[in-house]
Amino acid sequence: MAENTGAKKKVLLDFEKPVAEIYEAIAELEAMSKAQNINVDKEIAALKKRAAQKEKEIFAALTPLNIVQISRHQLRPSTLDYIGQLFTDFVEQKGDRLFGDDPAIVGGFAFFQGQTVAVVGHQKGHDTKENIYRNFGMPQPEGYRKALRIMRMAERFNFPIITLVDTPGAFPGLGAEERGQAEAIARNLLEMSRLKAPVLSIITGEGGSGGALGLAVANQVLMLEYATYSVISPEACGSILWRDPAQAEAAAKALKITAPDLLKLKIIDGIIPEPRGGAHNDYAAAARHLSEAIAAFLQNYSGKTADEITAERYNKFRGMGFFK
Amino acid sequence: MSVLEWFSKQKENASEKTAERLDIPGDLWVKCPSCATILYKKDLEDNQKVCSSCGYHFRLTFAERLNLTADAGSFREFAAELTAVDFLDFEDTKTYQVRLQENQAKTGRNDALVCGEAAIHKYPVVLGIMDFAFLGGSMGSVLGEKFVRAAEKALEKKIPLVVFTASGGARMQEGLTSLLQMAKTSAAVAKLNAARVPYIVVFTDPTTGGTTASFAMLGDIHVAEKGALIGFAGPRVIEQTIRQKLPRDFQRAEYLEEHGFLDAVLSRQELKDYLARALKHFVQQEA
Repeated sequence: MAENTGAKKKVLLDFEKPVAEIYEAIAELEAMSKAQNINVDKEIAALKKRAAQKEKEIFAALTPLNIVQISRHQLRPSTLDYIGQLFTDFVEQKGDRLFGDDPAIVGGFAFFQGQTVAVVGHQKGHDTKENIYRNFGMPQPEGYRKALRIMRMAERFNFPIITLVDTPGAFPGLGAEERGQAEAIARNLLEMSRLKAPVLSIITGEGGSGGALGLAVANQVLMLEYATYSVISPEACGSILWRDPAQAEAAAKALKITAPDLLKLKIIDGIIPEPRGGAHNDYAAAARHLSEAIAAFLQNYSGKTADEITAERYNKFRGMGFFK
Repeated sequence: MSVLEWFSKQKENASEKTAERLDIPGDLWVKCPSCATILYKKDLEDNQKVCSSCGYHFRLTFAERLNLTADAGSFREFAAELTAVDFLDFEDTKTYQVRLQENQAKTGRNDALVCGEAAIHKYPVVLGIMDFAFLGGSMGSVLGEKFVRAAEKALEKKIPLVVFTASGGARMQEGLTSLLQMAKTSAAVAKLNAARVPYIVVFTDPTTGGTTASFAMLGDIHVAEKGALIGFAGPRVIEQTIRQKLPRDFQRAEYLEEHGFLDAVLSRQELKDYLARALKHFVQQEA
């Protein structure tokens, strides 16, 4: 399965329309200059500057629903994209050894700066064909069981575990229910809570509910700048609580699903910055930011004992909640 | 007669019919939602709220469940004071604060899980009972905290934890924090496992979403009441996703038993004796 290695074509979201218009003008100018052999370099440079300025303005005032759109961007780097950028000698592990393999979750072992780590993540596609194969990143129970198999093996060999989270949610299908979607997720939550290896989870795109949490019971939970993490999709929340899916904007705001909001609530540990316009604009730059975060995490946990690691993780989740 | 008149006439007829139905005094008779038999309310209550005609299990309130499960006078509640806070200032068609107050008034309880020490046929247990009537038994911070405190009580006293589940899933009004209760409660089950404290889950109608996908599916023993709906995703969501009609017994207790997720599917009348029979083994082991 060929994965994209980088975003070649600029795909703009609807709120980026003012920028798109400038790019159109640039394209027109370039075509004209070619046809009529006129030098418009100066004009183009000015327009490019204006596009960058406009983009900066737009990104400074993003609504939560805009961020949802970025987090779902079809060209947003996927787990395999990051694995390609960040690791070497990746040995993929497939199958749960019980029923099957689930292409919506990928994982295995690889070198990160000379150290073997286990890496597991949701896998979306960049086009329709890939997305059908990957089930749009919505795992079956086999995906969670495969992930657990990899994590347990990592624990046995004392490899740190890195999970990359990017899913609309666990797949709500007949077969998934039959084979225990709920049990598979629950089991991961329990087992991840007591893994002796340090676990770092990075929400890279969509952190969709239980399907995301099933890979995110970690010592440290980080989010990319334009990732989201939510108990329910804004659309579904709108249709349940407001009885109107068009209320997604209101729901997205109310649910507090962006990285800055969740950091303020102290339910994530940090934010990894993204290149301007989002990670899809520059895979290498996005990966560099991730790389720094991973390196810092591994450094931090290299001296800790298994007891310290499990106690820290348990206490972190034990303390989650607001009540009086 | 114009078409419009004809339509309004139809409507009148329809409302007459409804009125007829409502003539049954609501406080004396109940219609079984499964077989439509009209049941005398007193008889139904004497029969543990199980339809005498088809065996349909009506949902129970916390108090009814407690009466059927714990030995009389044995229940000592703890952590009752824990109360939800509207820390996100969440407002949809109502504020979370108002929804909480309404549900507290309706159920007389602070939240959707009640925990206490109790005895089941003299076997001491920590008992947790979820009440679907409280915001659909949804799991928020209070529920997660109370579950963990129940687990901690069971650990401290070295007695089994028995939890009756009834839940629509996570409490959206608490945002991501409600989701994280899944991890918090599941981690507490890991502690029970490590300390060899038995944990019994009784699934009642309905148990879905984040509750199923966390502490509910992690019991040492799983039993369910007949006909209980148990699942991860709701049937409607699944139908919309796969565009396919679901089997009739889909996500019912019997279906889950067949697929390997339950040890037993029992009628309400059998439940307490079953629990006692199971508990007996673990008392011996600890002695």
